[in-house]
Order: sequence, then structure tokens, then C-alpha cells
Amino acid sequence: MKLTLGPLLGHWQPQAWADFYARVADEADVDRVVLGEVVCSKRLPFIADLMAPAMERLSRAGKQVVLASLALVTLPRERALCADVAAATEGLVEVNDPTLLHYLERGRAFTVGPLVNVYNEGTLAYLAARGAETVCLPPELPLAAITALAAAKVTDIEVWGFGRVPLAISGRCYHARVHGLHKDSCQFVCGEDPDGLPVETLDHESFLAVNGVQTLSFTAACVLQEVDALKQAGVARLRLSPQQTDMVAVAKIFRERIKGSLAAAAAVRQLQALVPDMPLANGFMVGRFGAERITV
Amino acid sequence: MLELVCPAGTPAALRTAVDAGAHAIYCGFADETNARNFPGLNFSRDELKSGIAHAQARGARVLVAINTFPRAGEPGLWHRAIDDAARLGAHAVILADIGLLAYAAEKHPALRRHLSVQAAASNADAINFYVHEFGVKRVVLPRVLSVEEIATINRDISCETEVFVFGGLCVMAEGRCSLSSYATGKSPNMNGACSPASHVVYKQEGDGLAARLGDFTIQRVGKGEAAPYPTLCKGCFSAGDYEGHVFEDPVSLDAAQLIPRLAEAGVTALKIEGRQRSRAYTEAVVRAFRAAVDAHARGLPIPAGVLQNLTEGQRSTAGAYKKSWR
Amino acid sequence: MTEQATSLPLFPALASRLMQPLPLFPLRLAAQKVVDSLAARHPGLFARLGDQASKTFLLDPTDLPFAFILRPRPDKPAIDVVKRGEAVAWEAHIAGPFAALLGMLHGTMDGDALFFSRDIIIEGDTEAVLALRNALDDAEIDLLGEITASLGPLGPWLEKPLRSLTPVAERLTGVALTRARAEPSDA
Repeated sequence: MKLTLGPLLGHWQPQAWADFYARVADEADVDRVVLGEVVCSKRLPFIADLMAPAMERLSRAGKQVVLASLALVTLPRERALCADVAAATEGLVEVNDPTLLHYLERGRAFTVGPLVNVYNEGTLAYLAARGAETVCLPPELPLAAITALAAAKVTDIEVWGFGRVPLAISGRCYHARVHGLHKDSCQFVCGEDPDGLPVETLDHESFLAVNGVQTLSFTAACVLQEVDALKQAGVARLRLSPQQTDMVAVAKIFRERIKGSLAAAAAVRQLQALVPDMPLANGFMVGRFGAERITV
Repeated sequence: MLELVCPAGTPAALRTAVDAGAHAIYCGFADETNARNFPGLNFSRDELKSGIAHAQARGARVLVAINTFPRAGEPGLWHRAIDDAARLGAHAVILADIGLLAYAAEKHPALRRHLSVQAAASNADAINFYVHEFGVKRVVLPRVLSVEEIATINRDISCETEVFVFGGLCVMAEGRCSLSSYATGKSPNMNGACSPASHVVYKQEGDGLAARLGDFTIQRVGKGEAAPYPTLCKGCFSAGDYEGHVFEDPVSLDAAQLIPRLAEAGVTALKIEGRQRSRAYTEAVVRAFRAAVDAHARGLPIPAGVLQNLTEGQRSTAGAYKKSWR
Repeated sequence: MTEQATSLPLFPALASRLMQPLPLFPLRLAAQKVVDSLAARHPGLFARLGDQASKTFLLDPTDLPFAFILRPRPDKPAIDVVKRGEAVAWEAHIAGPFAALLGMLHGTMDGDALFFSRDIIIEGDTEAVLALRNALDDAEIDLLGEITASLGPLGPWLEKPLRSLTPVAERLTGVALTRARAEPSDA
């Protein structure tokens, strides 16, 4: 079982962004790195000049690099970006919306991100025939569905392994809204909350996190307890979604758990210590409500 | 003339919609194959057969929504739904899942395929993908687009477009939201219900009213304040210094006054949300919108709104159709 | 803002008070007869309830001195009448002015709209409430028709004169006494 580092979902400052990928290239024990802006096209100019050097450094360090595309495409310039992603790169691209499929030649290899609705064998078979070589499944899928899809053996199956779960995406920017702004004049307030802005219920219970036009879970999903079951099901990869913590250490915990040199309970305890403010949850994986927390 | 596509959660609502002037009625089977899988709602095979006969006899068409995403390992329920819709003479099926689109295109090439709003095809490239790959004839546009964007899309695609003009408003891209699943374990995409009634509890707190979804309090209103649907995205929360409706106010979409602009933008059909509502709602909303569509066809102004009581929170919005909504 | 956004007619308080001391027994008998007749004439109503038919509903016209307990079992639906304030066990509770409940039953008022405006209150098992609301809405019940049907051979004799009175009574009271659609449903 391999490890994929997912794209940064939050809006990180350019220097932090560049530093993050430099460290991942040099130190993180991951097999594949997906990078690029997925959530909001307005953020792209901040990283446009940083992308090529980061990709090159990651490649040189032996990581397979995948270029991510936007999840919600409405504007003409966003369509053009999809065309650019399909045309400009020689490596793998990650499809995060069917828009990109319109631009990818038949037979060209690609990966599919967790925001594309792949729930069943029919959809998986279509994508495999089009050239999908890895499909990261929607994080809400339970183990039973994951097992059925892995059993189809038509693409590599990747599962959301760690991180706040992307739950929804919208045309409206909630970061702007809670700051009394509109999306068009947002002042990039989402940059203040690289892991998202926590949303509490009226009873002051932490519930969600707002990341611009995206809504994330407040809890961080964690499949450390299900690693053996996922291996047995034939899952090829786990995706680690970057949070503001030591992702090199996160990758190490997952690697050791996969190898079997770290027990599940100890692994969960170590991971929770790395993200003390983000309770770990596995409700989706065990077929219950997503917010349900891990019990060790 | 613009086509008016109206909801029916029950056979009685279907007949009501036909009588009130619907050009087309959409409905679903009483199971997880459609996105309004609510208790006491929807159609058996026999009921659909009678409903189609009733509608056809009066010149109306019936569209069958099979717009959830089949469960891995158990596609049979969804495949049978498509087979039966075809056999019973549905005018079209409304699909969201790529696998189901491929199945319908292969097994029932003559059956018209509409792309559900649950597929959230939000630009011309995505729509063209579904048209080229699966022969989609009409796409129901997601409620994240402005009128200008709809016009742009229509210039670049070869299929028809259908847009929502009234009813409950998803603020998230449809079919790409697992908020409900996160709170309750029931997934709109997999189980066909957002904020399912089985997990909703209303509690009177003195003169106030609280709504809980699963373990989470999502709304609390005082005496005399309008009660909202218990949908997560219309709930009251706090985020940073902000306290209130973080995602959307408890409002409904009412785009009646935008009908002339939507027509200019090249839209073929107008859709009313609300298969879960009563036939009193169906009667009032369909009649009002048929009058609006007829007025527009004759070059007359659209009659002013009369549907305020039927809207969630008793307030309405033009939603994403106006760019300031974002 | 007033408590009721829509202005529903309320049952006159005086009339309601005068009804308080009345024995419930005859009302119980009559209600059960109507429900029996309903079950015979609308078998689909109980099928539509599915699993929710096993629940117990408190139907609570808040401007009347009594309420109804409905157990809509498909094999033997039962209804009971209880005095306001009497302790009863229920799983789903629907409360509101009699006019609102009748309006929902007759398809002239939308249950969601009555809920948004706080004219009706629901408590307990929300799924059961929704199922009952949807099943009743589909059944296109006409209470006057059901009552006359429950009277057996006498019914048809009474139906015509009663129907001729209802438009006047509806105008006077503002309450939907008959179904919204006059013609019988042709399934």
C-alpha cells in the first residue's frame, strides 16, 4: 500500500506553500504528491510561479508528481485553466471535475480525485476505459463499498486516509460571507485560516470548517484502525491531506502502520498528538455518520 | 413557449400538477434511486404507469428521476428503475451517475436522457462531455450559476437546458455535498435524502423551537419567528466573530421575475422544486408559474409574486442567478 | 410579528368551552366508524405509510377541548378521542388549529407552509409525521364524503343536502370542509 500526499486545500501564503513542498520533497516518505489549486481559481496567481520549481524538486526527490485541476468550474478562465492542465503537462493529471475529461484525449492516463462521484463499478469501469489509472474514492464511502470497488480491479483504488474531509463546494464563498464581503471582492480572507475556519453549532460544539467556497469537516478523518482491512480489500493507496502540522511525521506514522511496525492504537495516539485541536474521526469508514469519532 | 417542469411526490400531486398546467412532471420510485427518498412519498410501478397514462391523455409528459448514485456491488435496484421507466413509457429519465448514463445509453438508446442537477455540470465543457459520451438531450443546471453564465453556456452547447425557478435552494453544488452524511450517516448521493426526517428532532423550548439533526443543534428560533427546514446548510452557526446563517438564510428560490431573462439566455425549460411538498403547494405554484410562462409567451409582464407563504422562512431570493449572491 | 403569520380561523372559544363537558364516547364511536370506512375506501393510504404505520400519532386540534390518538395499523386502524390535558403516550405529535389540520387533510393548505409559519407544531418522530402527511395528501380524502360513507345506507341521503350547505359554511368559517379537487381521483 502506497501513500499519496493530496493537494493543499487551504489557502496557504506563498512562502509557506513553497517551504511546505520543499520539505515534502526532501523529507516526506510519500510515493506520490498531488499539487495545484483545487478549491478556488482566484488563489492561483499566488502559486503560479511556484508550481514548476516545486514539481521539479519533488520529481528529483523521487516522488511521482500529479497536477491537480479545479473542482468547480464555471468561468471561462476556469475552463481555459482546465484546457491548460490537459495540454501543458506530460505527467499525470488529477481530474476533480468531469470538465477536464472533455479535454483529455482518449487513452491518456490520468488520476481521479475524491471530489468526482465514483460510487460504483459502472462509473469506475467508464473511467478506467477512458484512461484512469488511480481513483481516489469519495470520502463518505464505507468499507463495504470500497471493498466492492477494489474487487473490480480496473484501476488502482485510493482512499481518504487522513485530514479534514471536503464535504461540499459552492458558488458562494463562505469565508467572504462571514467577513461581510462578496466573493468578487473577498480580500483573500481565507488565507487567515489555512486549515479552514471552524464552524460551531449554537450549543458551541465544533462541527465544520469553512475554506472559501469549500466546506470541510471539523474532525480529521483517520483510517489508521482500518489499514489492515483496506490492505486486505486490495486498496492500493491512502491519501494524506495536508493540515498545518508536521506532515512528514504524519506520513511516517502511516508508513509504519502499513508496514505493521506500529500498532493501530499507538498510531492513533501519535497522530492525535500531532493535531490536538482536530479530533480524529472514522464514522464514514465504518458506515456510520462521518463526524463519529475514533474510539481506541 | 418555455416548458414548465413540475414536481410530483405522489400520484395525487401528479394529477394536480397536470390540471394546474404543467407541461411535464418529474417523479421517482419509492426507494433509494431518487433524491427525494422521503417517507410516504413517491411511486410504485403501477402508480407510475397510471400517472403516465393520466398525463399523456392530457398532453403532459412524465420524466422519471433516477438521480442518486448506485451502491457499489448492488446496481440492480438502479438498473431495474431505468428498465421499468423505459418499459412504462416515461418521456425521459433524469440521471446523475456516469455509470447509469452509460447503462441507459447502451440498453435503452431510444430513451431520452436528461442530466440531473445532481451531476452539477456547471459549464459548457462538462455538459459537452455528457452530451458526447452519453447522448444527453437536456441538462438541469446547478443552482450556482448566474443568468449571464447560463447564457454563455447555452451558446457553447448543443443540448437543451432546464433551470430551477422556484422552491428549496441548494447552496452547495448539487450531488457534491456530504454535509448531511457527515451529521447523520444518511447520504443524499447514496440514500436519496438530505437532512433525513429520521434524524430530525424538533423540540419546543418554551415559546421557542429548536431543530436538531443527528447530534447537532442546527437551528433555534424564538416566538413568532418563521421556522426553517431542518437542512444543514440553512442552519444557524457561529464562525469566528460571525453568528448566524453561515451558509444560507432560510429562504426559497423565486425566479419568476427572471423568466424573460432566462428565456433570452436560451433556457428551454423551467423547473419547480418540491416533490416533498403537498398537492396544495403543487396546485398554487404550478398555476402561478403557468400563468407567468403564458404571460411571457404573449409578451406581457410577469405577474407579481403571490407565493410568499409557500417559501421556506417565508422569504425568497433569486439565489445565484444574481451575482451578488456569492 | 404576530404568532400566526397566516390568519387561520380559530374555533370559537365559547363553543369550545361548551363542548368540554360533553361525553367523548359518542365521538369515539363516530371517529372509529369514519376511520374504518377510510381504511376500506383507501387501502393505499395505509400501504403508503410503510413502517411508520406502527407508530402512535397524537393529532391535536388546539382550539378544541379534545385530541385524537391514531394508530394507523393496516390490518386494524384505530382512533381514540382524549380530553385536552389528559396524559397519553404518543410517538408523533401534530398540533394546530382545527382549520389548519382540516386544510391539510383536504389539500387546501400546505403542511410545510403551516410549519414555516409556526401555525402547526410537530414533535417526536419527524419521519412518522412526514409519512402520515404524505400518505393523507395522496389519499385525497374528503371528510364529508368519508363521514357520509361511514353512515352506511343513510349516507347518500344525507350527502347531497350537506354538500349544498358546505360552500356557505366554508365562507362563514374560512375552514376547508371538503376536498380541494371535487372530481374523484381516477388513479
